[in-house]
Amino acid sequence: MSTPPNAGPVRVAGYGLIDRSEPLRFSFDGVEYGGCRGDTVASALLANGVRLMGRSFKYHRPRGVLTAGAEEPNALVTVIEDGQQTPNVRATVQELFGGLRVASQNRWPSLSLDLMAVNDLAAPFLAAGFYYKTFMWPRAFWEKLYEPLIRRAAGLGRLSGRHDDAPYEKAYAFCDLLVIGAGPAGLMAALAAGRAGADVILAEEDSRMGGRLLSEQPVVGGRPGPEWAETVLAELATMPNIRLMPRTTVTGAYDHGTFGALERVGLHLAETGPLPRECFWRIVAKRAILAAGALERPVAFPDNDRPGVMLASAALAYLNRWGVLAGRRIAVFANNDGARATARALQAAGAEVMLIDSRPNASALEDFRVWRGAQVTGTRGRLGLREITLTDSAGSVTLEVDCLAVSGGWNPTLHLACHMNGRPEWDAALAAFVPRPDMVPGLEAAGAARGLFDTAACLADGLRAAREALADLGLKPAALEAPETADQPYAIEPLWAVPGRGRAWLDLANDVTVKDVTLAAAENFRSVEHMKRYTTQGMAPDQGRNSNVAALAVLADATGRGIPETGTTTFRPPYSPVSIAAMGAGGRAEGFQPQRFMTSHQASVARHAPMIEAGLWYRPSYFPLPGEATWRDACDREVAMVRGSVGVCDVSTLGKIDIQGPDAARFLDFVYTNTFSTLPVGRVRYGLMLREDGHVMDDGTTARLGETHYLMTTTTAAAGQVMRHLDFVRQAHCADWDVALISVTEQWAQFAVAGPKARDLLNTMLDEPLTGDFPFMGCGPLRLMGVEARLFRISFSGELGYEIAVPARYGAALFRDLCARAETFGGGPYGLEALNVLRIEKGFVTHAEIHGRVTAFDIGMARMIAAGKDCIGKAAAARPGLSGAEREQLVGLKPASPQTPVSAGAHLFAAADPAVRKHSQGYVTSACWSPTLGSWLGLGFLRNGRARTGEMVRMVDHLRGAEMLCEVCHPVFHDPEGGKMRG
Amino acid sequence: MAELIPINPFFGMEIPKVASVTLEEWLPGPITSITPFRGGAAQVAKVLRPLGLGWPEPNRMIVSGPAQIAFAGRDTAFLMGVAAPGALAAHAALADQSDGWAALRLTGQGAGAVLARLVPMDLRTGFFPEGSSVRSLLGHMPLMLMRSGAGFEILTFRSMAQTALREIGEAMHSMAARAALPG
Repeated sequence: MSTPPNAGPVRVAGYGLIDRSEPLRFSFDGVEYGGCRGDTVASALLANGVRLMGRSFKYHRPRGVLTAGAEEPNALVTVIEDGQQTPNVRATVQELFGGLRVASQNRWPSLSLDLMAVNDLAAPFLAAGFYYKTFMWPRAFWEKLYEPLIRRAAGLGRLSGRHDDAPYEKAYAFCDLLVIGAGPAGLMAALAAGRAGADVILAEEDSRMGGRLLSEQPVVGGRPGPEWAETVLAELATMPNIRLMPRTTVTGAYDHGTFGALERVGLHLAETGPLPRECFWRIVAKRAILAAGALERPVAFPDNDRPGVMLASAALAYLNRWGVLAGRRIAVFANNDGARATARALQAAGAEVMLIDSRPNASALEDFRVWRGAQVTGTRGRLGLREITLTDSAGSVTLEVDCLAVSGGWNPTLHLACHMNGRPEWDAALAAFVPRPDMVPGLEAAGAARGLFDTAACLADGLRAAREALADLGLKPAALEAPETADQPYAIEPLWAVPGRGRAWLDLANDVTVKDVTLAAAENFRSVEHMKRYTTQGMAPDQGRNSNVAALAVLADATGRGIPETGTTTFRPPYSPVSIAAMGAGGRAEGFQPQRFMTSHQASVARHAPMIEAGLWYRPSYFPLPGEATWRDACDREVAMVRGSVGVCDVSTLGKIDIQGPDAARFLDFVYTNTFSTLPVGRVRYGLMLREDGHVMDDGTTARLGETHYLMTTTTAAAGQVMRHLDFVRQAHCADWDVALISVTEQWAQFAVAGPKARDLLNTMLDEPLTGDFPFMGCGPLRLMGVEARLFRISFSGELGYEIAVPARYGAALFRDLCARAETFGGGPYGLEALNVLRIEKGFVTHAEIHGRVTAFDIGMARMIAAGKDCIGKAAAARPGLSGAEREQLVGLKPASPQTPVSAGAHLFAAADPAVRKHSQGYVTSACWSPTLGSWLGLGFLRNGRARTGEMVRMVDHLRGAEMLCEVCHPVFHDPEGGKMRG
Repeated sequence: MAELIPINPFFGMEIPKVASVTLEEWLPGPITSITPFRGGAAQVAKVLRPLGLGWPEPNRMIVSGPAQIAFAGRDTAFLMGVAAPGALAAHAALADQSDGWAALRLTGQGAGAVLARLVPMDLRTGFFPEGSSVRSLLGHMPLMLMRSGAGFEILTFRSMAQTALREIGEAMHSMAARAALPG
């Protein structure tokens, strides 16, 4: 919304650090405007006379910029790209580039005509606590009516609803000294530390380093501030030990000198390609200097939120930094001396200026009109400030102005110092909180962040902080003096809120007024933390940076306490909003976690096998052949193939742990329930492992390769957990045992070859054919097509079965060869689906059964806990309640009608009981169609199940709506004697 | 007689390329993990001495010609580039790891900056000089990282070779794009 001619903000010649030689076009709400390189969206809009930039969160009040920095509460906009939009971008932060498109938000249908502003008329009813009081009853209305209604009205901005495909980045950095903020104190500190040879990171939130040297432009060392800053930066840029990080906000202070920081890498550019938009840094610093400066604070007076009301420091920054005069007739309203320089500068740039100083004894000596002991008590102008009312002892006066620059004093930017729960202390002379020493170990505040508000003191304090840090680091400071500068003393008389008709806004970002805070106090939310939550003050994106101190001053007043007793709320990370995209950089789609591929992967994909995730691994589900319509067709064929001829399956994903040493056998006896010290060399044994709480952790086979050398296999799912467990046991329970563990999972490609023709198939490839003397559960080294291999005669299918392992480099070739030869025998590869059917038919458990809540007793393996020795979990497994008839025990389930599917996850009930929770007697863990037995089969747990063989139980799947009767049977359905695999 | 064809971990994969750093497949030859039995480290060092090697301190490695022995975890080192001398077996648990690892070499000015995107370690020369060897993470992947005269030597699980290439490649392209930024 533009203002009439001769009013409102305007670009002025001779000011600003923008590049006027590079004009840029951009659009706001579809209207094209011009700007310059170096502009922000806010400065460019002001330069075009646009004051109205947003609507407030709750009441949809028209708002303009309050600040010129990242703390901006009002001017939140949406940046629009092709098909993508980023809401809640601060117009004061977003740098201009050619073709940039931004839109206002939180308004409908348009920014100047927002029908949602009806909320503003209802304001008397919408005060703090309104929701808590109103939406209590009737109770049923909450979910169906109130919540959807509130959700629709709430929220700032809208996402596109599409994936953000842009690149983001995470990175780590390490340094001796992290300097946070590149104003006078930060530059001085970085220069001193850099010259002394320290590794320094200088992080600055702004796109350009210099801080107040750019916005206030004091004379430093006889030169304009920006010039001095450029000289220092030029020197820093030549030092290899200095890393300059502009556009980088340090967002959090954490343990051990770790800091989080968000860098805007490509957000200021039109075309970025592979350049990340943002980078989230984890910076570890031995020492840190907080030189983040100070934030000016507003004063709460009636209707203090109109577009055109801004902070005095913002008005000065727009002039000096961006060459924009915030108005033609500007009133400056202040309670301190600092704003006088601003008033003079604005006048010098051509504005008509008047000063309203709340202090009765302030100086009246200025080249413009000064009201002393006066306060602004009202404003007018719906979409932009037109006039203000000021009141002093003589009465009230109305002034026509198009900008009101306000200064209620300054707050040190001490938030990071509070991130580890330290509390700042109140400085009555400054009327501000200042950090205490050592609030964050290793972090020292310097300059304005420590309450030193003049440039000379900041420069000197930056030098002091650097010298202290260098001494801690054991480095010798180089000779360096702080330059001379003209100082202005800072004098202030606190003024937080001006009484009067109309709402006096404290928190512009969340629409919290002085009245809301006093209401909270009246309703006994007297603690500052309670007040914050009751009113939502400080809970908006600006995190209360503009309102915190004033709000608690109002609360202190309302509760009759002082500010120090009232205290502050807790400042927590992040200091500034951090996008989830930056924190989760690289984690989208396949980047979410590493992908593990077996050596057979390409061959399986070439056979059109659907690959499914098993942990991080990708395994073939089944291998479809032409003419097979469903996965079941393929699966049934693969099962029949293994039972009838021979099948090949890649089992490389099973964990393999090499265990060696004089105490290896003893170690295995300790971690397994059963005994491995008695296992002969060249043999394999099935083992069961318990957790310390007596429940089953994992199962698998372990081979004895030599007298002191074992190879353990784990399930795919628990490979990492078992390795960690073994390492823990070794270090914590048997540190003096001589045993060495190492994972060899990745070293070996291992394939199951199963079926009646398994031996025949292997014999076509082995250098020396197998004879009958390689027994069931035997193992040994041999050569396969010239390669050293390991053979294990084990079976997870119930057929004659082997697992052959070769070094992974040969895995791809061996798999292709095995499959081709198996096909010659009438067999072929089989996938996870068939593997699952084969093991259910045999009643072998997987983690569907040993899911973490079952004991060895439950799965019928209580006798595997050897009597003559101790093992992990043995004592705990003997506790009452972990065995007995009350336990749910592993059983097989056969449907009364073989063609009716058994449902995994269904619950089991006694035939006569109603199918409700309290009658549940167990559940189904695994189910399949068995082509071998021509029936559906299930495995499950049933209370006292082993004693109930032959009983019919009721299976009910409430989720899928299935129900039927099942016969309880022994879990081994196929070849219960095991003759086939021993064969 | 027919033979099985061996395949290297990065077979068929494209190694990412940018101007400022070079990533290449590294074939370190045989890798043997050595975990000395109690008191066996000195004996291991003695057996390795004729190769110009010894037992490395934690986080260090010793290089001698094509051979190197690098710290690979608690009480464990990887002997690379030469077959393990038979005499070691009396003093240490040995396991062949030659096929378990996908190995890469990253060299050039910006190599440290590329790894700073993925490895949560201080890799500045002062803290991670030539001859360093650590176990850490490459993104979410297990990592053994060494710095030799040639640059960074990266070992990660063979099964994760594809993810390793993608993630290192993304970091390389990101760094190249940053380098191309004006000013």
